[in-house]
Amino acid sequence: MAKVIKCKCRVSGRREGDILTTDQPVSFWGGVDPEQGIIIDPRHELFGASVAGKVLAFPYGKGSAAAPMVILELVRAKKAPTALVLIEVDSLLVSGPVICKHFYGETIPVVTLNHEEFQLLKTGLHAVVDGSKGEIVLSGSAF
Amino acid sequence: MQLTDTEKEMLDGKDGEAVRIAMSILTDIGDAVEAEEMTEIVHVHTDSGFYLGDAGLEFVEHLANLAGKVCVPTTMNNTSFDLERGLSYGVSQDLFAKIKRTENAHLKMGAIPTWTCAPYQDGIVPRFGSHVAWSESNAIAFVNSVIGARTNRTGDLIDICSAITGRYPKFGLYLDENRKAEVLIQCGNLAENIIADASFYPLLGYLAGYQAGNKVVAIEGIPKTVSVDNLKDLGAAAASSGSVALFHVIGVTPEAHTREMCLKDKDALQAIVVTADMIRNMEEKLWTVADDRLDWVGFGCPHFSFSEFRELAGLIQGHKVSKDVRATVFTSRNIHAWVRQLGILEILNNAGVKVYTDGCLLLFPQNKGKTGAMMTNSAKAANYIYSQAGLKAAYGSIKDCVDSAIAGKIIRRGSAWLR
Repeated sequence: MAKVIKCKCRVSGRREGDILTTDQPVSFWGGVDPEQGIIIDPRHELFGASVAGKVLAFPYGKGSAAAPMVILELVRAKKAPTALVLIEVDSLLVSGPVICKHFYGETIPVVTLNHEEFQLLKTGLHAVVDGSKGEIVLSGSAF
Repeated sequence: MQLTDTEKEMLDGKDGEAVRIAMSILTDIGDAVEAEEMTEIVHVHTDSGFYLGDAGLEFVEHLANLAGKVCVPTTMNNTSFDLERGLSYGVSQDLFAKIKRTENAHLKMGAIPTWTCAPYQDGIVPRFGSHVAWSESNAIAFVNSVIGARTNRTGDLIDICSAITGRYPKFGLYLDENRKAEVLIQCGNLAENIIADASFYPLLGYLAGYQAGNKVVAIEGIPKTVSVDNLKDLGAAAASSGSVALFHVIGVTPEAHTREMCLKDKDALQAIVVTADMIRNMEEKLWTVADDRLDWVGFGCPHFSFSEFRELAGLIQGHKVSKDVRATVFTSRNIHAWVRQLGILEILNNAGVKVYTDGCLLLFPQNKGKTGAMMTNSAKAANYIYSQAGLKAAYGSIKDCVDSAIAGKIIRRGSAWLR
């Protein structure tokens, strides 16, 4: 079984991965180790989790304007999330994936959802994020 | 996005490959945030020279090798250590070499090696109302709020793209309607001896950041005599507890002559009446030390101003920093030259205070793996030295920090909110 959710494309591309979701904002700078892709903020509920290869879903970003640099380092280290799913678009969060597209030729789609649809994302489900089509296809045991 | 003919040519590669890449990135960001057009930028303060890892370095070297050149005055944010004196305090050769490569790439592109997080203290003051692209949270807050030039929170590496193209997508704080405050912090009930205390302002900023998050905030009840340093400290703290990029001080800052001028919607306004208890509560949040043991007194977050140096020198002249305590100041190259010329540097050296340029208090190499205690006059530093570097923090005025450095233990004289 699969479920299709409509979303708004912010950065195009089609990637898939297992979902890692949180209702807490994520700060890449100081919050995610740029070499390992591990969430290092001890106050975050995802402390210790790896974002590498994940469809990372969180409502909005916070923290320093160094976020694009952290995402670029994660891509170089092959520890980056495969896609970002957000509620609020944020120029700092789209910047990293946009630079990666033009510098490394690597795609990290970024899409936004409303609050209700965001709640459908559950950690461990699999998602195909298709920014260009504006849809997320969820699959996994919950369906 | 609607691009002008000139911008379309940039995107098509007519001005070279570096411009094409930079414009492609900016256009994609503009599309993502649904900006309708680009705005022309007249100044950039870039944090792309900050070395986090090889990806960022390779990106700026790539632009420089493609003959990318900045087309507007472009100042550089601080790096992690003092480029002249860093090796003497334990920076590795490897990191030093990487940062020199970063510097060379920027110099090749025509950036100015200011290496400071407080360019506004070096005479970098864009015209009121002009559109700039600044990075570094405290500098963003200062240039928007105190100078009234307009910038969003420009991301690292995006800032250098702006410098190469002279463009940034027009959204957010470039637009009049987004510069009005949705949160009002009222200080009118606070006693005069609180308002007159320099160590009140970082705490007020810290409170404003917690209350406002990423919204524009207005502050009322601050006298016109408030110093530039007070406003600098307020903004730096607000940008560290929240993501405040613009604050208005009613009757003080240039877009807030009156309440009416700077408040968004009276009905939806979130108003907070500040009490002494709230200020004490903010100070308590910053204290993470368990006792009065002291290893380090740190000044210069943001980079120390000339007037802060004068105050520090006046307090410490004729005294010595305890042998068990390290006392350091970070500042810009310009201010360093001024304090050297005026003999202030000699006073500080004689007292055992080390003065560094270019770098950052929070990225001192000896931070790593240390469990010591640092006292500082900066709410931003007290916040991050704990959350990012793992040291314990104590907070106080410049005088408290000096008294503590001399005594070799933490001393905090009672500000009015502590009594």
